[in-house]
Amino acid sequence: MASMAKRRRKENVAEPTPKITWKEIKRQKVLIFWSLIIVIYGIIFYYLPLGGWVMAFEDYKPKDGLFHSAFVGLANFKQLFSDVTFVRVIRNTLAMGVINLAATFIMAIVFAILLNEVQSKGGKKVVQTISYLPHFLSWIIVTGILHDALSGSGIINELLVGLHLIDEPINFFAHTKYFWPIVAFANVWKETGWNAIIYLAAITSIDPSLYEAASMDGAGRWAKIKHVTLPGIKPTIIILLLMNVGNVLNAGFEIQYLLGNGLVQSVSQTIDIYVLKWGISQGDYAIGTAAGIFKSFVSIVLIVIANQIAKRNGEERLF
Amino acid sequence: MKEVKQKKSKAQKSVPDKIFVVLNTLFMIAFVVITLYPVLNTLAISLNDGTDALRGGIYLLPRKFTMKNYNTVLQKNNLLTGAYITVLRTIFGTVTALFANAILAFIVSRKRFLFKRSLSLFWVITMYVNGGMIPIFLLYKNLGLTNSFWVYVIPGMVSAFNMLVIRTYMAGIPDSLEESAQLDGAGYMTIFLKIISPLCKPVYATVALFVAVGQWNSWFDAMLYNRMSPEFTTLQYELMKLLSSVTNQGSSAEAMKNAIGSVTPTSVRAAATILTMLPIICLYPFLQRYFVTGLTIGGVKE
Repeated sequence: MASMAKRRRKENVAEPTPKITWKEIKRQKVLIFWSLIIVIYGIIFYYLPLGGWVMAFEDYKPKDGLFHSAFVGLANFKQLFSDVTFVRVIRNTLAMGVINLAATFIMAIVFAILLNEVQSKGGKKVVQTISYLPHFLSWIIVTGILHDALSGSGIINELLVGLHLIDEPINFFAHTKYFWPIVAFANVWKETGWNAIIYLAAITSIDPSLYEAASMDGAGRWAKIKHVTLPGIKPTIIILLLMNVGNVLNAGFEIQYLLGNGLVQSVSQTIDIYVLKWGISQGDYAIGTAAGIFKSFVSIVLIVIANQIAKRNGEERLF
Repeated sequence: MKEVKQKKSKAQKSVPDKIFVVLNTLFMIAFVVITLYPVLNTLAISLNDGTDALRGGIYLLPRKFTMKNYNTVLQKNNLLTGAYITVLRTIFGTVTALFANAILAFIVSRKRFLFKRSLSLFWVITMYVNGGMIPIFLLYKNLGLTNSFWVYVIPGMVSAFNMLVIRTYMAGIPDSLEESAQLDGAGYMTIFLKIISPLCKPVYATVALFVAVGQWNSWFDAMLYNRMSPEFTTLQYELMKLLSSVTNQGSSAEAMKNAIGSVTPTSVRAAATILTMLPIICLYPFLQRYFVTGLTIGGVKE
């Protein structure tokens, strides 16, 4: 009896999936039935839109449809890249993506480490609970709050004038130079506490004896952070950084759309806004799709590069 | 012995360490103030007389208390429709997404399932490649999902990320439970509903929370697909329209018209903002442990 159980367990490890036989298919018919439904759903909602990419290579006319519009090769892409606006849009997307990634990343790590140093358990819990709050607010609310805080009579101008740092209130949304920092700040404000969760979890799993040993050697707080905490969460930092690299181009839509205005258009427009404007509002589906394909392409290249770097550094693969 | 040592080390706390503690405490206080102030300020303005608020100088407490702003908001029909649709989409969207992701995770985590690798791969690919805004827009239009409520529920039902979170959790449940149930003659549906699902309550709560927050805060789909159907508007989209009408007000006649009496666009907007964030703010502190586990599972790659 015992040996049978043992043998079965062994089989389980050695050969987890059985061979495809009628008997096995019949046995698993419920699983197969549900997976078929889910696959059909996935084909419709995730794979069918990929067929729409054909539009980017056509002089797409809605009345002719996908199959009867004239094929034009790369003409749409040529047009796209000869458009000064599009080139600027790529710059904006990349710049804001990188600035946001760097800012939110560093702040989350700093916050996690410093929060971990707070001695009072209650204080730690209260601060952490408050730190999550902005993550649950929509961008609509966050940008509304920002508009208030940065308006001519808002709290920021009031503070700056009150401290005599400036004489006149600044109209922050009228100058292109403030836009990227505002977007970065908004991202930091919204996501620092949330992003810190994972680092705090990583810090908790560091072996406490390492801290004790460091204390024995006379290490102060800074030394312990530098030599124990940071090395302890380094793998987490690297993995998350690599995972987020592929999302750099996704970092730009809602906030730029909601905060942008005519005066700062040249720095606020991102690829997604461009697609929305040309594709949906102006009805130029072909150009909009081509811009979307370009974005997917760059994202995939970034992910593959990140994955290669992960492999080389001996980290586990990302996907 | 150890205690004595610790006491000694505490007493001997070095000066740099003391400075560190003071600076760190100041940092935490600044962090909390920057996080909370905007929300509390909005709350104070929403409870303050509108014309009075224009004088400025309202920080954490209302100066001239009134509930008029809230009354005005609650009389706006478009906001009420938005709230109704938002509640509906949050409920429907969360229930269907939870079921779909859970059953998919269940299937791909069965060790004996013949196509588990291909089915996993099929969904993981969707995390990295998607058709983009325009092909998706045209698809929904052709499927008749535009100008309908279901565009909020059906397209986002299965998500590879949520499925992977549940799958990772299910992988930790011992196979022996499934095996013994099978010996008792239980089918896969029974095993899923009666044996695995009850054990997965924490991870189900996590995914439900993620989906529900996303549903509650979503506005872009309402703007993109249901702009022509005011009966399917959502709370956040209505709030956005309210906010942009104020930020771009300038000297617009409508803004002046709205400013009748003691209620101003700014005060109404503050009240609407508070009402929109209220449900989530009241709920999230109690759900902390769920999203903390969820993120820690999800953060582990694949």
